[in-house]
Amino acid sequence: MTSPGDSGAREMWPLWEVFIRSARGLSHVHAGSLHAPDEIMAVRNARDLYTRRAEGVSVWVVPASSITASDPDARGAYFESPQGKEYRHASYYTESDSVPHL
Amino acid sequence: MTEDDFVGQRRFDELIANEQRVEPTDWMPEGYRKTLIRQISQHAHSEIIGMQPEGNWITRAPSLKRKAILMAKVQDEAGHGLYLYSAAQTLGVDRDTMFEQLITGKAKYSSIFNYTAPTWADMGSIGWLVDGAAICNQVPLCRASYGPYGRAMVRICKEESFHQRQGFEILLKLMRGTEQQRSMAQESVNRWYAPALMMFGPPDDDSPNSKQSMAWKIKRFSNDDLRQRFVDMLVPQAEILGVTLPDPAIRWNKERGHYDFGELDWSEFYEVLAGRGPANSIRVERRRRAHEDGAWVRVAARAYAEARSVEPERIAS
Repeated sequence: MTSPGDSGAREMWPLWEVFIRSARGLSHVHAGSLHAPDEIMAVRNARDLYTRRAEGVSVWVVPASSITASDPDARGAYFESPQGKEYRHASYYTESDSVPHL
Repeated sequence: MTEDDFVGQRRFDELIANEQRVEPTDWMPEGYRKTLIRQISQHAHSEIIGMQPEGNWITRAPSLKRKAILMAKVQDEAGHGLYLYSAAQTLGVDRDTMFEQLITGKAKYSSIFNYTAPTWADMGSIGWLVDGAAICNQVPLCRASYGPYGRAMVRICKEESFHQRQGFEILLKLMRGTEQQRSMAQESVNRWYAPALMMFGPPDDDSPNSKQSMAWKIKRFSNDDLRQRFVDMLVPQAEILGVTLPDPAIRWNKERGHYDFGELDWSEFYEVLAGRGPANSIRVERRRRAHEDGAWVRVAARAYAEARSVEPERIAS
């Protein structure tokens, strides 16, 4: 397990990942990252840096070091299991294609 | 080469061949990492240094609207620098290291920003020609094989076209003005035209890194191809503006389906690149001073954040 954005103690200010919700009802989407000394200034800077053109209605900031990522070397073990499991998708069941409202 | 490197290289080659993006946690060849760090940080430095010629005109812009537009543009450039520094950091280089390289003159940035902007018309020429060349260069970079770089470029390109259009509009307004305003616009276009064409880098035969960058799908088109594309766009735009492009060799070539244009004076490009341009020392010096004079802001912000994070009782006592 690694934290992709963790630059450790080498930087003067910690790194924050910025997420923006573009409209009510949508999920927050990763917009980018920035450095700031604390969460208040991170939110403020995120507004200045990533929402200059009405990109969103809500901003989240998360310390990059708080993000835990799956191990890139374990890609196979983590993400290959859906292969061969087409039956998890509705489109697998074709017998019912002509049946209305099913 | 270790076993891990062998497996990593094979996976990397697959990603590149299949037009997939390489992400920060993926294995990548050292040369790829180094090339990207150099290119992305140079790009970031160019945005940050690029704030200067225009920042200098904010107070002298001819109307409140033009001041507001110019401020928005300079703010965008700061933002572009920050997006790009963040992208470079995902490759393992520190922000502080990059700043240090810029203010000590160790790192390069686009040679175009070493020219001065003595008249208001230069705000038009920089927008139309310099930002125009930048867009031409940057749009294909949205498809760069390195994920964080490509994503930063998408955001930058969206903002950049405002920069080009506001510049075009400045020139258009001047060209519709008095004789004096028209000659100011023309004189400015004369000065910026060739340096803007040089922004694509040296001719393909003298560009040693291009081939590898294209093989890695960082670059998608060669310097000369992009330059040609830019000239093809400029000629009709210049006609609408009513300005003359300062190159008598420009003419439509029916066989090629492109505009022919004359040789550029590359000795000037290399002079400016070597630090002997009109404003090299001013630009770096001003950046260094801004960084050093701003040190107290960084220290204060951090002290404030630390004070806020301790228990309120302890602050009171």
